[in-house]
Amino acid sequence: MNHTVDSIRTDLLAKKVSAEEIAREALKFAEAENPKTNSYLTFAPERALASAQVVDRKIAAGEDPGPLAGVPIAIKDVIVTRGLRTTCGSRMLENYIPPYDATAVIRIEQAGGVLIGKTNCDEFAMGSSNENSAFGPVRNPVALDRVPGGSSSGSAAVIAQGTAVLSLGSDTGGSIRQPASFCGITGVTPTYGRVSRYGLTAFASSLDHIGPFSRTVRDSARLLQVMAGRDEMDSTSASAPVPDYVAALDGNIRGLKIGVPKEYFDGLASDTSDLIQAAIGKLQKLGCEIREIHLPHTAYAVGCYYIIATAEASSNLARYDGVRYTKRSDSAGTLQEMYRQTRDEGFGAECKRRIMLGTYVLSSGYYDAYYLKAQRVRALVAQDYAQAFAQVDAIVGPVSPFPAFRLGEKVDDPTAMYLSDIYTVTGSLAGIPCMSVPCGKTADGLPVGLQVLANHFSETTMFRVADAFERVSS
Amino acid sequence: MAELANLALTEDEIVRMTQDLDGILGYMDKLNELDTSSVEPMAQVLYDSEETATLRADVERKTLSNAEALANAVVSGQGYFKVPRVIEK
Repeated sequence: MNHTVDSIRTDLLAKKVSAEEIAREALKFAEAENPKTNSYLTFAPERALASAQVVDRKIAAGEDPGPLAGVPIAIKDVIVTRGLRTTCGSRMLENYIPPYDATAVIRIEQAGGVLIGKTNCDEFAMGSSNENSAFGPVRNPVALDRVPGGSSSGSAAVIAQGTAVLSLGSDTGGSIRQPASFCGITGVTPTYGRVSRYGLTAFASSLDHIGPFSRTVRDSARLLQVMAGRDEMDSTSASAPVPDYVAALDGNIRGLKIGVPKEYFDGLASDTSDLIQAAIGKLQKLGCEIREIHLPHTAYAVGCYYIIATAEASSNLARYDGVRYTKRSDSAGTLQEMYRQTRDEGFGAECKRRIMLGTYVLSSGYYDAYYLKAQRVRALVAQDYAQAFAQVDAIVGPVSPFPAFRLGEKVDDPTAMYLSDIYTVTGSLAGIPCMSVPCGKTADGLPVGLQVLANHFSETTMFRVADAFERVSS
Repeated sequence: MAELANLALTEDEIVRMTQDLDGILGYMDKLNELDTSSVEPMAQVLYDSEETATLRADVERKTLSNAEALANAVVSGQGYFKVPRVIEK
């Protein structure tokens, strides 16, 4: 499917096709293609057709069918959907049927979007390759022997594969941008608090975001437009007004000051570095002023992130105790055994590793040395960006030090896997909007993403840079 | 630590976990290179907004029914979640 949000709208309003026909075609294609990549865990044909019929009735009645009318959308399986299984990629929740919808899902469906299925991901969004899913790895549609990145792996793969037009991911330390980069598509992490997390299964609450994937920058802007804004159900959602993102996308970014952080080019693979440098050259040709900047605490960001994220995860995952969430160990006699054995059977190795690490850094005697220390370093990382945005409008750099790697290549070295998050965790810690936009392929044909970062609530600037770049690079 | 985390780990898991955590914690010690004695800890992303921006109107609203809230319970009865006995008669 080569549809975009705008092309579907045009076709629907011209009555060339009905939303129901698009939904049926999308479901049929997605189900047929899915065995190649294992991207979808659950399909939602009844729900999709019901949403599509609502859109068709509105069009027939001459009403506005909504900004996402008839668009087939896939949702990462950490975002809850009422009556539709939501597994979080975990054995712990393989039979969990949520009793409510996430706010982002409600807003998408109210805007005419058609939810077609739920996508595979690393267990509880913990991972960079989807090798931590209890339901098997997702394969990268661009190179089937390689990982699609993670943790929003299925949501990135369905866009690259063409089995959905839009999808939702979640990003805590890079889980949208890194798979977008690996699969050669667009992925956006909005400002912290820009999109309500009500209904997003909590991993690390001070870092979790919901954000869009799409094949074009414009489509991601359209999806964010629908989801952004204050939600009474999430006290951390921001009340700042939501500007018209798409109206600003005219391709003209002349005079914008773009910062290039020197620290983002240390340890970068040479083919990735060449593509990023070429992209910076294109931005310069578009009339941007390129400035070298410094983000001096970059080297400390990974350590800082993994302390904070695992601490919050160990506390958030305490709720999976064998009582409320469908799974309890059969062999447990006492209450204590029920907790421990249910968690041992339900969680995979990476989840256990992070729970243990988080428990350790929060434990008495280590709290100050690790957790409190990390919170102080987090302030320094955020301060680096605040100082940078006093000089520049946006920052560009790589998303990942290397392109998609082979399945199994990095599973035995968790520290090395964590270190590859270096360019994404920094923006996450500061809570600023950041996105990945495709900027070419390596000699091996593997996609590389350009990361665009902007100041808090400056999504418009970020989208303008990415859109102008997309126009000259494709 | 596994007890504190409420995880029942096997001997093999403990060996592997010890090795992994040693490596990761060793890397985290890098943060000690920084003098942060004058830096306030950052617990949350903050930006300017009204003082009461995060509060909604204090009005009654519909919540999940008892049956919906219990629908994913492993064992329930009489409107409650059921767990193994913790108090002996």
